[in-house]
Amino acid sequence: MKQILRFAAVALAIVPWTMPSLAQRGQNIREIPYASVSDFLKLPPNVYMGEGIGVARDSRGHVYTYTRSGVTRLYEFDEKGVFVREISPGNYAFEMAHAVRVDPQDNVWIVDEGTNMVVKFNRDGRAALIIGRRPDPFDGLPTAATFAQNPNPPLPYRFDRPTDIAFDAAGNFFVADGYGNSRIAKYDKTGRFLKTTGSRGNGPGQLNTPHSIQTDAAGNVYVADRGNNRIQVYDNDLNLIRSITGIGSPWAVCITPAPHQYLYSSNSSPENNNSAQVATSGEIYKMELDGTVLGKFGKGGKMSGEFSTTHAMDCRVENELLIGEITSWRVQKVTLKPQSATGAGK
Amino acid sequence: MRSSTTLFALAAAALAVFSVALGAQATVPTLPYDAVDFLRPPANMPIGEVAGVATNSKGHVFIYERSGTFNTTLGTARTFPHGASRLLEFDRDGKFVREIGRDVYAFAYAQSVKIDPQDNVWIVDQYSNMAVKFDPEGRVLMTFGRRPETSRIPNPPTAAAAAPAGGAPGRGGAGRGAGAAAPAARGGRGAVAGDSFNRPTDVAWDAAGNIFIADGFGNSRVLKMDKNGRFLKTFGTPGSEAGQFNMLASLATDAQGNLYVADKGNNRIQVFDNDGNFKKQFTNVGAPAAICISPGAHQYLYSSNSNDPDDLEHGEIYKMELDGAILGKFGTAGHMVREFGSVNSIDCRTENTLYVGELINWRVQKVMLKNQ
Repeated sequence: MKQILRFAAVALAIVPWTMPSLAQRGQNIREIPYASVSDFLKLPPNVYMGEGIGVARDSRGHVYTYTRSGVTRLYEFDEKGVFVREISPGNYAFEMAHAVRVDPQDNVWIVDEGTNMVVKFNRDGRAALIIGRRPDPFDGLPTAATFAQNPNPPLPYRFDRPTDIAFDAAGNFFVADGYGNSRIAKYDKTGRFLKTTGSRGNGPGQLNTPHSIQTDAAGNVYVADRGNNRIQVYDNDLNLIRSITGIGSPWAVCITPAPHQYLYSSNSSPENNNSAQVATSGEIYKMELDGTVLGKFGKGGKMSGEFSTTHAMDCRVENELLIGEITSWRVQKVTLKPQSATGAGK
Repeated sequence: MRSSTTLFALAAAALAVFSVALGAQATVPTLPYDAVDFLRPPANMPIGEVAGVATNSKGHVFIYERSGTFNTTLGTARTFPHGASRLLEFDRDGKFVREIGRDVYAFAYAQSVKIDPQDNVWIVDQYSNMAVKFDPEGRVLMTFGRRPETSRIPNPPTAAAAAPAGGAPGRGGAGRGAGAAAPAARGGRGAVAGDSFNRPTDVAWDAAGNIFIADGFGNSRVLKMDKNGRFLKTFGTPGSEAGQFNMLASLATDAQGNLYVADKGNNRIQVFDNDGNFKKQFTNVGAPAAICISPGAHQYLYSSNSNDPDDLEHGEIYKMELDGAILGKFGTAGHMVREFGSVNSIDCRTENTLYVGELINWRVQKVMLKNQ
């Protein structure tokens, strides 16, 4: 309890001073050398990536991207980046991509913030579990008045612009929800609601745009609390354990597989592709699960090896990340080089 | 609290004259059953919300479903809606046969599909305000209502309509939380006279070919037309008295031509004679979202107390005699096979083999009731 209070005081103190403290800390963080392949995905003629919103690998190394194109699409590529297929074109849940993740059984899950839906696809590309519901057109357009009427706590199965999903070993899943609601919701493997936590704010356990979510092997839940410049860590029952700060605004997080798990977090450049903002952000941090920063790499920019508003990361392989960017419409494959103390890399 | 309980008791006592077995729920037997996820569409044809499911005399299964992207385009000073609902046919093994009429003008927001005794295929669309009769080959034979020329983006619910609804006992109001107190509020245009519709929901026929249309979620009435589509009469008004409606969700007729109306927002099934005179009501089956009546000498009535899409409560389906006596129930709300997700349609052409269409699970389950 005492620790939480102390943590609260620290968090409150940090919020207004985030930028200076970041710059200060940044100078002491080691740069990790790396190489990048920016054309890893081989698109057939007339197939285009839009914004690289979601990217994830399955156990075979196949790559899935959930992209905002003319319409939102879900693509599959093989482990070499060769296009395999489009999954479920015209799906009722596809409107405004936000995340794709692959669970331990290789089911592919999408989170769509335009329809408030989470859909699990089996290997055949068929919808196997559906949570949330595309709004009924008779509900009309949301207005300030209807937003104000959003129930609190939010309804168990109704999301408001959800952002991401994570799974634990028991098959439970956690939905980051999202831009509208400010909560994390937990479901069992059959899709039955278990519990929810969080409300909008910057106190401990409160959220300001939970934008990305992951679990570790112990079932703890890591939430990129983007608007509060912190990663909040919960136990499997969604009790707050700790908070990680000093890594900028975490847009995307991922955790490498056991036994020794690492946490990556991207301080993504704000999404308008604005040069002034790009200059001060874009780096990705590598951490121990307790938040100890091991190093960082990258910076904002459009070239290969630079990052244009990183929106999703896959780190199923510890030192080989797939990075989806909003404003460069691509997925980069980034290889971290054996660690030495020297030099920023490319 | 006490006074409202008393009031309710008085109301219940008054209704008991017409009602059947109000207290029978406690001893409803559970019917054993099995179920399979039935449809096998091609890989690149994702099924969305299955609003309607129906079989024809050959055992083929038709669904009217909400899929793709419902959108509007900008035209001259107006926006135009483009629906993405589809009418699909599958064979008796669930294998995809064909899509009927892609982008038909009435296909906007699917609500119901029914097959008449001559194997004509009828759809009812909630957004285009239309019912369409297709012949067995899929050609349009007759249309009812008219699609609005431009988008009507409904007004947001008023504060009164959106407040937690107290109008319907037992459940959290009709439909999806809003609008129980004012059924027309979410329709955007209010009541429409004559044989135009406001969010129609279902269609049924009697042996003479007369047509009944439930109208629906916007209006609160039933229309009767002859087999040539000529308007005969309309009955019903908004409210909770006998012969009044709050969200008519589903229709069925028996062999005598009586009409059964799932009056979802009032948590009851109302039964009318062929001329629309109120006969009786069944109030012990939850909020009926889908009903059907099996054919044959001994007819049965099925009714689904479907869960609201916002929760996984209720979800059981009742099997009843036509007089309302409950024979048993089966199922519960959920996402797994054998569970039901917001059932919106039931086909019971065969008494113990049901096809159940679900909104939130995007599927049709074939349910086989086992002999006890």
